[in-house]
Amino acid sequence: MEKLENNKAWFLISPVIVIVAFSAIIPLMTVVNYSVQDIFGPGERVFVGLEWFKQVLHDYRLHDALWRQFLFSGLVLLFEMPLGIGIALMMPKKGWGVSASLVTLALPLLIPWNVIGTIWIVFTRPDIGLFGYIINNLGIPFDHTASPTDAWVTLMLMEVWHWTPLVALLAYAGLRAIPEAYYQAAKIDGASAWAVFLYIQLPKMRGVLTIAVLLRWMDSFLIYAEPYVLTGGGPGNSTTFLSIYLVKVAVGQFDLGPGAAFSLIYFLIILLFSWLFYQALQNVGKGEAR
Amino acid sequence: MARITLEHIAHSYYPNPQEPEDYALKHIHTSWDDGGAYALLGPSGCGKTTMLNIISGLLAPSEGKVLYDGQDVTLLTPEKRNIAQVFQFPVLYDTMTVYNNLAFPLRNRGVAANEIEKKVHEVAEVLDLSEYLGKRAANLSADAKQKISVGRGLVRSDVAAILFDEPLTVIDPQLKWHLRRKLKEIQQRFHHTLIYVTHDQVEALTLADKVMLMYEGEIVQTGSPDELFENPQHKFVGYFIGSPGMNFLPCRLDGNLARINGAAIPLSDEMAALGQKTKGKTELGIRPMYLEVHERETAGSVAAQVTGVEDQGSFKVLSMTLAQNPIKARLSDSQPVPESTAWLSFPKEKIKLYADERLVQ
Repeated sequence: MEKLENNKAWFLISPVIVIVAFSAIIPLMTVVNYSVQDIFGPGERVFVGLEWFKQVLHDYRLHDALWRQFLFSGLVLLFEMPLGIGIALMMPKKGWGVSASLVTLALPLLIPWNVIGTIWIVFTRPDIGLFGYIINNLGIPFDHTASPTDAWVTLMLMEVWHWTPLVALLAYAGLRAIPEAYYQAAKIDGASAWAVFLYIQLPKMRGVLTIAVLLRWMDSFLIYAEPYVLTGGGPGNSTTFLSIYLVKVAVGQFDLGPGAAFSLIYFLIILLFSWLFYQALQNVGKGEAR
Repeated sequence: MARITLEHIAHSYYPNPQEPEDYALKHIHTSWDDGGAYALLGPSGCGKTTMLNIISGLLAPSEGKVLYDGQDVTLLTPEKRNIAQVFQFPVLYDTMTVYNNLAFPLRNRGVAANEIEKKVHEVAEVLDLSEYLGKRAANLSADAKQKISVGRGLVRSDVAAILFDEPLTVIDPQLKWHLRRKLKEIQQRFHHTLIYVTHDQVEALTLADKVMLMYEGEIVQTGSPDELFENPQHKFVGYFIGSPGMNFLPCRLDGNLARINGAAIPLSDEMAALGQKTKGKTELGIRPMYLEVHERETAGSVAAQVTGVEDQGSFKVLSMTLAQNPIKARLSDSQPVPESTAWLSFPKEKIKLYADERLVQ
């Protein structure tokens, strides 16, 4: 077929260009614009080059928040992935139990994020909260407003409770997609349940687990509402994550330049690590191993 | 290796089967001799796979017993029964190399490493997989993958039988032929009992010494390919085997003649005698290739109207109407094709009589 030379194609994709421009490019360029200027007011601006970036990169509070963020997201993946896969493996395969367990799992995902923070504040209060009351009466002092460790424990419990269902649902979808013949062949080959998991279920879930890791990584790295409601970043700065600190800088202190530089660095870190995870998960077990 | 017997097996996928239609397998009572090559042939949904899964132990039958060499194995798992089964779609452990795929069933059974090494190389040799041993199984072509599936069955020297469930469905036609020959070769070399499920008659007839034809949950005939072709015990066998299928013409017996709406076809004395004893709906059956087609009237021939001709390459299929009944004949390429009226003669020794769908004999 002869190829038509005309510019109609540009016209046809123009809506996409407009949408992407408004949704991503223009806001992003605004941030870039702010990050290299010092703006005092309308018409009053000074180009400062990479000054804000230097300042932000040398901010020890940002360093602390960054390490905290890595620890948090690392723990999230460490707990939620195995737990989610475990739940998916235990879920029923047919009958009324399927819909019952799916609905139960989906419940935490339907609750607004700041409501989740509120729920856990009440739940862990030493005086009236079920969890806080019981654990304090067992002789273990527990107060997330006073102890950084307790704040982290509460935060992790909340996070795992909130998001493990997503991992479980994705893993369950992956498991259901494995053809019955694989299980039959494994029975014929005399494979143990562990071997079935290792050589059939896990490799066949690779795709959905990649998505689960990426989603959980990105979401937990961006987390704001739940810890902000639960601890407000405290006690001290012990639960001040990147986004909480960013809001303090940009909104609290109205330092738009450093805030913009911070945002760009934040964005690049997420992008970089998402790419690394994606590459790693795509390549795992794909070498010409013997 | 073992002789496999199914004793009064019936199976239903419903918890409380009532009607005969509720059963996927109605009543199977048969056996497979040690070292034989069998084909289970039948249309989709006739119960072939159900029966295979009952033999291998993936499915427990609703009724009846499964015996291996006279021992009741009905309640044993596939692993305990020591059976190999190859499925329609190649099943591979994608993250493993070809070598590890082949070694997997042996490792699960705790076989010594040097024994595994020997066995895997031997099987890879037979299946022409040696060059791929170090490669990851996931990246191979469909036929190589299916060979690995077969290989996982072959590495265990002591398997009772190897069961194939339409293993060549996803293979390209030219490779199909090659792989089929390979399977036959392997069966002849190792003398495994081989049960091969297929809906492709060519596959069944070339691969197996004995063919079991299944229809609606029952085995309608067991025999050599030749027996199935020459002596169909049931109308369904006549339809299913041969291309085109057997002709069946409703008839009324009148002494030594079979009358089909006025057209009279002479029968042999034995056939006429057999016909006297039959009850029910009588039909005359004849293979298209045995019908003699003439352009002019000859002694004992009947007239049929030609409705179409189909060139199938090495032969032609002539469609006709004989006394309001459709009938087909096979013509060799060199034979002249009658224009509008063909004169058919029915060789007496090739005519079969069917009463209520079953062969009169």
